[in-house]
Amino acid sequence: MSTARRDPFPALADQPLLRVNELVKHFPVKGGLFGRTSGSVRAVDGVSFELAKGETLGLVGESGCGKSTTGRCILRLIEPTSGEVWFEGRNVVGLGREAMRALCRDMQIIFQDPYASLDPRMTVGAIVGEALVIHNLTKTETQYRERIVELLETVGLHADHLRRYPHEFSGGQRQRIGIARALAVSPKLIVCDEPVSALDVSIQAQVINLLEDLQQKFDLTYLFIAHDLSVVEHISDRVAVMYLGRIVEIAPARELYTTPRHPYTEALLSAVPIPEPGLKRTRIRLVGDVPNPINPPSGCHFHPRCPKVMERCKTESPAFRQVSGGHWAACHLNDSAGLT
Amino acid sequence: MVAPVRRAATVSLTQDIWRRFKRHRLALFGAVILLVIIAGVAIGPWLWTVPINEIDFNARLKPPSWQHPFGTDDLGQDLFSRMLYGGRISIAVGLAAMTIAIVVGTIIGAIAGMSRGLVDTFLMWLTDLFLSLPQLPLLLLIIYLFRDSLKKIVGAETGVFIMIVVVIGGFRWMPVARLVRAQFLSLREKEFVEAARALGASRLRQVARHILPNALGPVIVAGTIDVAAAIIAESTLSFLGLGFPPDIPTWGRVLFDAKDYLDTSPYWALFPGTLIFLTVLSINYIGDGLRDALDPRRVL
Repeated sequence: MSTARRDPFPALADQPLLRVNELVKHFPVKGGLFGRTSGSVRAVDGVSFELAKGETLGLVGESGCGKSTTGRCILRLIEPTSGEVWFEGRNVVGLGREAMRALCRDMQIIFQDPYASLDPRMTVGAIVGEALVIHNLTKTETQYRERIVELLETVGLHADHLRRYPHEFSGGQRQRIGIARALAVSPKLIVCDEPVSALDVSIQAQVINLLEDLQQKFDLTYLFIAHDLSVVEHISDRVAVMYLGRIVEIAPARELYTTPRHPYTEALLSAVPIPEPGLKRTRIRLVGDVPNPINPPSGCHFHPRCPKVMERCKTESPAFRQVSGGHWAACHLNDSAGLT
Repeated sequence: MVAPVRRAATVSLTQDIWRRFKRHRLALFGAVILLVIIAGVAIGPWLWTVPINEIDFNARLKPPSWQHPFGTDDLGQDLFSRMLYGGRISIAVGLAAMTIAIVVGTIIGAIAGMSRGLVDTFLMWLTDLFLSLPQLPLLLLIIYLFRDSLKKIVGAETGVFIMIVVVIGGFRWMPVARLVRAQFLSLREKEFVEAARALGASRLRQVARHILPNALGPVIVAGTIDVAAAIIAESTLSFLGLGFPPDIPTWGRVLFDAKDYLDTSPYWALFPGTLIFLTVLSINYIGDGLRDALDPRRVL
């Protein structure tokens, strides 16, 4: 088994659609009288993963662990501090403005809050059609209109919704409008930034099913960000778990849920409620809060809260290594188990 | 909440705004009043042909009558025709100064709000500087410096008009700039702007299509207040002898002329005062109505 960090997923490596390499985003913290930079929030601290075409990678973690920042850095909605984002063989990070604009046709994003993500002063037609205007995707007025209607119907809305304003819709419908907007450019990759977290459970299922249908229909690749493990389990092929700006474990979805190899993943999984009255699982309670990302703990970032903490965890940062085929984790426990 | 009305497919955005504006009673009322006033000052002087400067000492300080609907002043000049004529200038000054204040304020606020960093710091420093300047002495200085040269170029009345409008507008853009900047700072981080960015919208498009339309509500209201302030500022200048020449009866001028006769001829002050008040109030209501009509979230 290889432990080279450069190429964590040999099986997928032939032609990954997206390849994120050592992505770092530090937000400077300014303080004091003259606004000197007194430190930095290490929101994303060396994240690497690959995404094969047609795949869904779930990205989970607590609030503030940097999962949304990772997603936005890939689209360069936030400028990464360092690292590489390879999309179809091109490094997105170095691209100029025009090339980046063109790339918007391949990468899109769906937002968490369906209320904040739609311009309240634009009609649904104008919102969905904006990309068509920006990229000159339709030639005539009729084509433009037909395309918008087509998009609306694709996401389960009606043609006569076109002239209405976002506030006339429910949360689930608004999220569908956001999805239609993202689909307008026929993208290859969609970053779903907690697309169902703000919705009712019944609506969540509808939207997730819609996303799955669309994936099949348009051969989409998803980076699915969420903090809800049960949602991610349903839709993802593989799942990556983030803690304090780093990926601590990444594995095929089934495997991650059955045999987690990182204590943090175990703790997260133990917190997922079982939909069966009377049945209880042993909760692993994490004590304390997520440490301040301005000043992360030494060694393994997770050691102050880890139920299985050892002496070396406090000083030595665990390597991110493969524990079995396609299953990677960053924990010293995996060393003592005789795995390399 | 009223259930959303399904609109006919042919309704355009402007029609929609007009439909929503009409539901705003006070705004419609204000619009009617303002139209009447504007029509009055625009065509009035042709219909009411009494000259504005005909001095008649036999008719000094006469209260309103059929011959002089608004009464006469201390020189026996007909106040009604003076009001009609002066209203043109007062309203024009108010609207033009407001336009300048809003345009300058919006541009500076928008640039500051979008750029951050040094440009933002500099522009806000400039705004604070303008806010803290002693305005009246500066106005005097500017007018003394430029009045004569402007008069030579464009003629006495236009010259004074341009100067007064620029000076008043130029000292009233700061609140607008701060307002716009604050709106921009919060709006630019909104997810729908981020979505536009993700779609590849240029900066200009983000501002013009998403940020500015959402920032404009408070600006419109601030603008309508500026009209009032400009009309009053013009009268201050006239009072100091720095505005229009004393023989041009702007509303502010007439009001100030009337102040010495408040106890004997209150109507002299009452008419220009009421007209300023009505104009300002109706513009304010129109602003309110516009703000609401432009916001599709409001159920009207």
